[in-house]
Amino acid sequence: MTEKIFTKEEWINALKGLMDAYRIFVPVRDGELHSFKSLDKGEPDFDYPNTRLSPKSLIYPQSEGMFEYSLDEEGPDANIVKEIPKDYSPQAIVGIRPCDAEAFQIVKRNFDNPEYRDPWWVQHFESTTLVGFGCNAPDSTCFCTEVGGGPFNENGLDVLVYDLGDTYLAKCITDKGEAFLTKAGGMDADDVAKKHAEELATAAAGKITVKVPTDKLKGKVLNELFDAPFWDEIAFACINCGTCTYLCPTCWCFDIQDEVTGNHGDRIRNWDSCMFPLFTLHGSGHNPRDNKVQRVRQRFMHKLKYYVDKYENGVQCSGCGRCVRYCPVNIDIRQVCETMNNYESA
Amino acid sequence: MLEYTEKIRETARKLLQDGKVDVFIGYKKGSIGMMNEPVLIRDPDKADLLYWDSNCGLNLCNYLTKRTDRIGIVANGCNSRSIVTHITENQIKRDQLYIVGIPCTGMIDRRAVTDAVKDKDILEFHEQGGNFTVTGKDFEQTFEKKAFLQSNCITCTHRNPVESDEMIADPVEEQEGEKAYTDVEEIEAMTPSEKWDFFTDMISSCIRCYACRNACPLCYCPTCFVDESSPQWVGKSIDPTDTMTFHLLRAYHCAGRCTECGACERACPMDIPVRQLTKKLNKDVLSLFSWEAGLSLDQRPPLDVYRPDDYNDFIR
Repeated sequence: MTEKIFTKEEWINALKGLMDAYRIFVPVRDGELHSFKSLDKGEPDFDYPNTRLSPKSLIYPQSEGMFEYSLDEEGPDANIVKEIPKDYSPQAIVGIRPCDAEAFQIVKRNFDNPEYRDPWWVQHFESTTLVGFGCNAPDSTCFCTEVGGGPFNENGLDVLVYDLGDTYLAKCITDKGEAFLTKAGGMDADDVAKKHAEELATAAAGKITVKVPTDKLKGKVLNELFDAPFWDEIAFACINCGTCTYLCPTCWCFDIQDEVTGNHGDRIRNWDSCMFPLFTLHGSGHNPRDNKVQRVRQRFMHKLKYYVDKYENGVQCSGCGRCVRYCPVNIDIRQVCETMNNYESA
Repeated sequence: MLEYTEKIRETARKLLQDGKVDVFIGYKKGSIGMMNEPVLIRDPDKADLLYWDSNCGLNLCNYLTKRTDRIGIVANGCNSRSIVTHITENQIKRDQLYIVGIPCTGMIDRRAVTDAVKDKDILEFHEQGGNFTVTGKDFEQTFEKKAFLQSNCITCTHRNPVESDEMIADPVEEQEGEKAYTDVEEIEAMTPSEKWDFFTDMISSCIRCYACRNACPLCYCPTCFVDESSPQWVGKSIDPTDTMTFHLLRAYHCAGRCTECGACERACPMDIPVRQLTKKLNKDVLSLFSWEAGLSLDQRPPLDVYRPDDYNDFIR
């Protein structure tokens, strides 16, 4: 596969040159946080730990119109539900971290499998090229290596970029990536640069020292974990906000709402969160997850047990560490995972 | 802060051993730098989990609502005022509580520190006197705590608990709070359209996670208006009008009740200065009714009182 070298200036110019072919999203510093923005809406900053919000909304928007309809009985379209057109022109997420690319693979098992195929998620995903930036300096809350990834993990990426200091080495992973890099240009990478890139990847992986054991989760009896006594203690501090779920690149739950203004109606899909009581409130008024211990348990059981059992492909977590860093009350999934993994029922 | 921690542990252990309380609510040292986790202790042998330093920013009053047991709880100035508000609003009874009062010199703004160390990863935090030291893999920096206080702590005029059963140390000197509302005055001086732009921009990154609401001890409604589905008062999407509706109504609901603990702002994952809204209402309530929330158990809050001699014509 192709490996190209760009000076940092050439790289930015190459991206600008690609704006006709792709809608390009890059990390942009905004106050004290980074967020993915369209290249024409801000200066890219590739020297960043990670974006505060994962790039999940670029494939799975927080609010997305699915259908629209008219309630005007006199009109020609009365009571006809029409799909709202969406922009599926090629887009590239440049600067995505390997954990967030891996997260799309985790989510894909839910949105694109033989049983269900979510048309909007799949079309957004297929129109996207993921140009990842490896992490030279993973954060202390990062644990990608413990959940099957790594700071330079290629899985799920189309291109992986190594920051070699003065230059970037961009390595193709897929045909989509090849198409992107061919348009981007650059010089062929020499062996010195390739060796430098390899060394960076090895050094970065060694910087993640935290251990998050997940090996015994599969073998646990589901109901024993469900009934374990530790949930009360884990959930005590939780304030049931949606920070963990909304910052998480692998949380996929949604709610569908009809919003009507006058005679015009929109059917909108919004992110939802298992932390919210409304998430499970039945029409009857009954709520099967009425208290916060049940909701906290749901979040961790889903990620670390139900997903593990259902897809047999590891945990529903890419180790990005956002929930660890930004939980207002410091509930730490690494500790919860360890507690679940090591639990032996009496 | 080591002496505070030791005294809290000692007090909690004794209260639990003597059966004076069923549970003790405090903080334990967090799993990452500059974070502590609220914790509930039942077993006196676990009292050594308790911890105190200038990173105890989440208001513990949140965990009291409608509890039926006897609770020991640590409380600094703003937390004690929230507890008083909780008692006044019948969310907990005074005789259920054993309040361990903490004279407070303010909480540290973790984001400002992260900024000062240029986004480097803070692994350890130590406090000594008026200074604190943060340590990471390849750095160690010491700062003066005063320069890194949360914005609510800079202007705080009630650092000592207003209600307690026992104090962990001698009261600290209170600050003069005359410049508390400078930022609100700047917004007040704007034209209506400038104000609209200011607040629209301020909340533009809101993701509707409700961390501000849920971190607030005042938000204990069994079902919040944003969670009502029949009727549905506000849309669930990130439409700017719906988001603004949420923020404005949340703020108004806190009028005359907010103790400026800063938990809302600290909890926001998007760094939105949500106190810009609640502060304005606090300022209004102070100027209209000379009221600051949670200072006394004997006074009803101004917004739930009717007096025949009210100076407003419309209500008489």
